[in-house]
Amino acid sequence: MSGPREKDEVSGVETTGHEWDGIRELDNPLPRWWVWLFYACIAFAVVYWVLMPAWPGVHGYTHGILHNSARATVAEDLRALAAQRGAEGAKLKSASLEQIEADPKLQAYALAQGQSIFGDNCATCHGQGGTGGKGYPNLRDDVWLWGGKLEDIQHTITVGVRSGDPDARMSQMPAFGRDGMLPATQIDDLTEYVVALSHRKADAGSVARAAPIFQAQCSACHGPEGKGNQAFGAPNLTDADWLYGSDRTSIHDQIWNGRGGVMPAWGHRFDAATIKALAVYIHVKSGGGQ
Amino acid sequence: MWKHHFWLERHSLLLVIGIIIVISIGGIVEISPLFYLESTIEKVQGVRPYTPLELAGRDVFISEGCVGCHSQMIRPLRDEVERYGHYSLAAESMYDHPFLWGSKRTGPDLARVGGKYSDGWQRDHLINPRAVVPESVMPPYAFLAKQDLDYHDIAAKLKTMKTLGVPYTADMITNAKADLEAQADDQVSGTALKKRYGQKINQRDFDGDPNRITKMDALIAYLQMLGTSVDFSTYQAGGDNNR
Repeated sequence: MSGPREKDEVSGVETTGHEWDGIRELDNPLPRWWVWLFYACIAFAVVYWVLMPAWPGVHGYTHGILHNSARATVAEDLRALAAQRGAEGAKLKSASLEQIEADPKLQAYALAQGQSIFGDNCATCHGQGGTGGKGYPNLRDDVWLWGGKLEDIQHTITVGVRSGDPDARMSQMPAFGRDGMLPATQIDDLTEYVVALSHRKADAGSVARAAPIFQAQCSACHGPEGKGNQAFGAPNLTDADWLYGSDRTSIHDQIWNGRGGVMPAWGHRFDAATIKALAVYIHVKSGGGQ
Repeated sequence: MWKHHFWLERHSLLLVIGIIIVISIGGIVEISPLFYLESTIEKVQGVRPYTPLELAGRDVFISEGCVGCHSQMIRPLRDEVERYGHYSLAAESMYDHPFLWGSKRTGPDLARVGGKYSDGWQRDHLINPRAVVPESVMPPYAFLAKQDLDYHDIAAKLKTMKTLGVPYTADMITNAKADLEAQADDQVSGTALKKRYGQKINQRDFDGDPNRITKMDALIAYLQMLGTSVDFSTYQAGGDNNR
């Protein structure tokens, strides 16, 4: 400031010399704790520059004595995680599905891993409990579209269903109504026939008329008795399990539009051991179908 | 020194110039290396510009405020990599203007959601999230399936992106509208589209309504490609980036 500093008469503290409408600003020193904290921050920054990656240069940056790198750290953490998973985690890679299920310790390990993977990836469609919903198969019962053996489940998880993967499980139910393959009256009759297949009361006349149509159009996949075929993911029509609903409207809708669900292929996302753990988890939780 | 400062403080124009100089030093030191350091401009194979349909879907994503609850940034931390997959690379958002990394995760991170669920699931979930995930707090977006996508200006959008540095070719811009329509329809040939944007792109009817191109089509097309462009089975986080 120019000139001698003024002193405030009341407090005896020097002013900054700034004046606004007769009000003057006192020039009290900053609180001691604040000043020291400020110096400590500067000291911390200097230490940090030395230890950690800090200053950019022309061709690179200073890497610091500790050579810290987020990418290296996460790679190290993942290795540590694999080590933490220990012998069981390593065994999961080499053991066959049957061996995993037969060895109680290994099975317990696979179930724990399977549960956590299922909860985060599969439960979104199949439900937190695995009981599915309309269009998303129930994995807790003994009804399987593409087979319930350990290998079947493993394969389905790896390649998916209609997933676009070159090895995906593929089949397509025709849209008999939408694509005009069958007249509407025949689809009405077929609906009654499918209702009758699942041991429910249906119109006898329609059932008789639909029998030859079923044999000609549907039996190739669903079988002559409507018991389905897991090679084509064709559901059994004689049981009480219905993916898209059991009432006449739903059945009619399915024959008309021929929907087929899509399950993504997980082989790109998970390693083989994770898929094995999932397969064992699903197999055991469903009651272990053969 | 104190005297000079007093003098500087009394001349507002000089003070402004002084402030600009001081702040630019910080900016130059912190920002400019990001443009030339090898480790910050890592080139990664597979990253491509968005197709017109995906770009339109990205706009739906932005306009519906999805980024408010969903981040698109998997940090290099063990738990995130375990849950979501490989951590995000800077190169993966090099064609994002603006980027959608987000900072809030009311819902899960979406950086690698592409291909994780089926189109049917995405549709069911957007129409009524609680129909498939009972504990979800996400609002329903059923109206997206009812609203036609307005894409009359899609070529202009590509052009704007080109101005911002996305390498759209003249060919891509001229055919933007045709490409958009082709990608939402698996009954037409996608040869030209795939020649322009790569063999890996998804071409199908995303929203289950083959007669219309809705906002749902665009949004699902966008979601289904997120995080899928880099092949991490061959990517090596090596060299200077990961000593």
